[in-house]
Amino acid sequence: MARTSLSAVALQLSGSGAAVSEPAGPASATATPTFVLDVNGREHQLTVDARVTLLDALRDRLGLTGTKKGCDQGTCGACTVLVNGRRIDSCLTLAVMHEGDRVTTIEGLASGEQLHPIQAAFIKNDAFQCGYCTPGQLMSAVGMVNEGHAIDRNTVREQMSGNICRCGCYPHIVDAVLDWKGRS
Amino acid sequence: MKPAPFDYYCPRSLDEALALLAQYGDEAKVLAGGQSLVPAMNMRLARPGVIVDVNRLPEAAVIERCDGSLRVGMLARQADLERMPVALDAVPLLAQALPHVGHWQTRNRGTVCGSLAHADPSAELPLAIVVLDGAIEARSSARGTRWIAAGQFFESYFQTALQNDEIVVGASFPARREGWGYAFEEFAGRHGDFAIVAVACAVALEPNGVASEVRLGLGGVADKPHLAPLTAYCGRVLSQRDLPEIANAAVADIEPPSDLRGSARYRRALATNLAQRALTRALASARTACDGLAQ
Ligand SMILES: Cc1cc2nc3c(=O)[nH]c(=O)nc-3n(C[C@@H](O)[C@H](O)[C@H](O)COP(=O)(O)OP(=O)(O)OC[C@H]3O[C@@H](n4cnc5c(N)ncnc54)[C@H](O)[C@@H]3O)c2cc1C
Ligand code: FES
Ligand code: FES
Repeated sequence: MARTSLSAVALQLSGSGAAVSEPAGPASATATPTFVLDVNGREHQLTVDARVTLLDALRDRLGLTGTKKGCDQGTCGACTVLVNGRRIDSCLTLAVMHEGDRVTTIEGLASGEQLHPIQAAFIKNDAFQCGYCTPGQLMSAVGMVNEGHAIDRNTVREQMSGNICRCGCYPHIVDAVLDWKGRS
Repeated sequence: MKPAPFDYYCPRSLDEALALLAQYGDEAKVLAGGQSLVPAMNMRLARPGVIVDVNRLPEAAVIERCDGSLRVGMLARQADLERMPVALDAVPLLAQALPHVGHWQTRNRGTVCGSLAHADPSAELPLAIVVLDGAIEARSSARGTRWIAAGQFFESYFQTALQNDEIVVGASFPARREGWGYAFEEFAGRHGDFAIVAVACAVALEPNGVASEVRLGLGGVADKPHLAPLTAYCGRVLSQRDLPEIANAAVADIEPPSDLRGSARYRRALATNLAQRALTRALASARTACDGLAQ
């Protein structure tokens, strides 16, 4: 892995090497580490309290408020993002743990004005009401397809168990995913 | 930001991680997948002063078959196993148990060894490793490596035989053996919730149909995985008609807790039913395994 190159990246980004600390290592125990986070293909240098979750770093530090906070304890899935292509709950992981990882949020799904097909399928199938769970549902659907599961109604329901929709749009969410993958 | 303040360490080698635990003792906590520790810290049920993030340790995510066992390294995520058909095929009980552990989002982060170290009494993986009679490999800088039999590892609610300065570096799950059948059953309020009751079962049949081993464990009914004493049923030919009696025997000495999710009586009834289902399926799959041998 490219872990060793991280400090080099940090140095490049900062423009002034002296100000940047090494990635937090045992010799440099710290409560406020400085590190680089790759979000949607852009690198951001952050100095945050080690207690800050990936979710809070995205929303409060980077202004990427598309990722939602529902429960903050892993039960609702509203905060789902992709890390190296895999879906995880961003509320249950510290931002500092993701130096060197590729983080993709809902803001990184579309290409410019062109919606990602799963976004278009959600609109077409009316797969949301209030929309609060939707970014998490979309990221989870993309993660599920990355995992290579067979896409049929039951599998989608089962494999997306980590995403709750309080508005109860589940039937249309499943329709949208099936529509996206060309099954209905 | 909800956890109490802590110092964050991200060691790059196991030795460094072990040295930190030796130095800070019970002030320190290992942070693996974080799927149990981060919520506990957010709710301030846990307030470690030092966090040792082990996610950067090299070579720690290895999953390999060796000597009739599946060895799972400390950083192997639950979903890593789930994505590995050879591993699932090697340990059918794990294949059946894993989908019950939370959701894909939590399994993509949560580690197999973290679940064992966490020792939730209704967790699936501790139950599976106890029924399979597997072992946990612990290491410390002071005393080196020791293997702890799963039956001795789990002590009580969130309590294991692990010392403060030890890290679980791997776990060993015995692989499928000839003539054995396996079954995992659980009931939870919603998919991905912790089990109200879970049952893991492994049955071994000799070619003549005699059951040489009947192992059945219950989760969610005690302070740790409960292995039912069923030796009385070994050395006999078992038929479907014997199974209700065995299921009753399996729950005879449990004293399940009562809580919001179910009364003790409800848990006992559930345990009996799930035990009978698991016995039925394990026996059937052992028979298939034996038929396969005979051909
Ligand atoms: C919504 C949700 C649903 C869940 N449902 C289930 C479920 O149905 N069944 C289930 O079993 N679990 C469930 N879990 C918990 C499961 O996801 C965790 O993965 C698991 O309990 C802990 O693994 P972890 O790697 O995340 O460990 P962490 O959270 O990082 O650590 C847990 C504890 O173990 C210790 N620890 C971790 N690794 C080691 C090690 N290598 N050596 C020494 N100590 C170590 C830590 O110090 C900590 O005390 C759920 C979690 C969530 C958020
Ligand atoms: S906010 Fe992360 S799962 Fe609910
Ligand atoms: S659309 Fe409202 S919670 Fe899902």
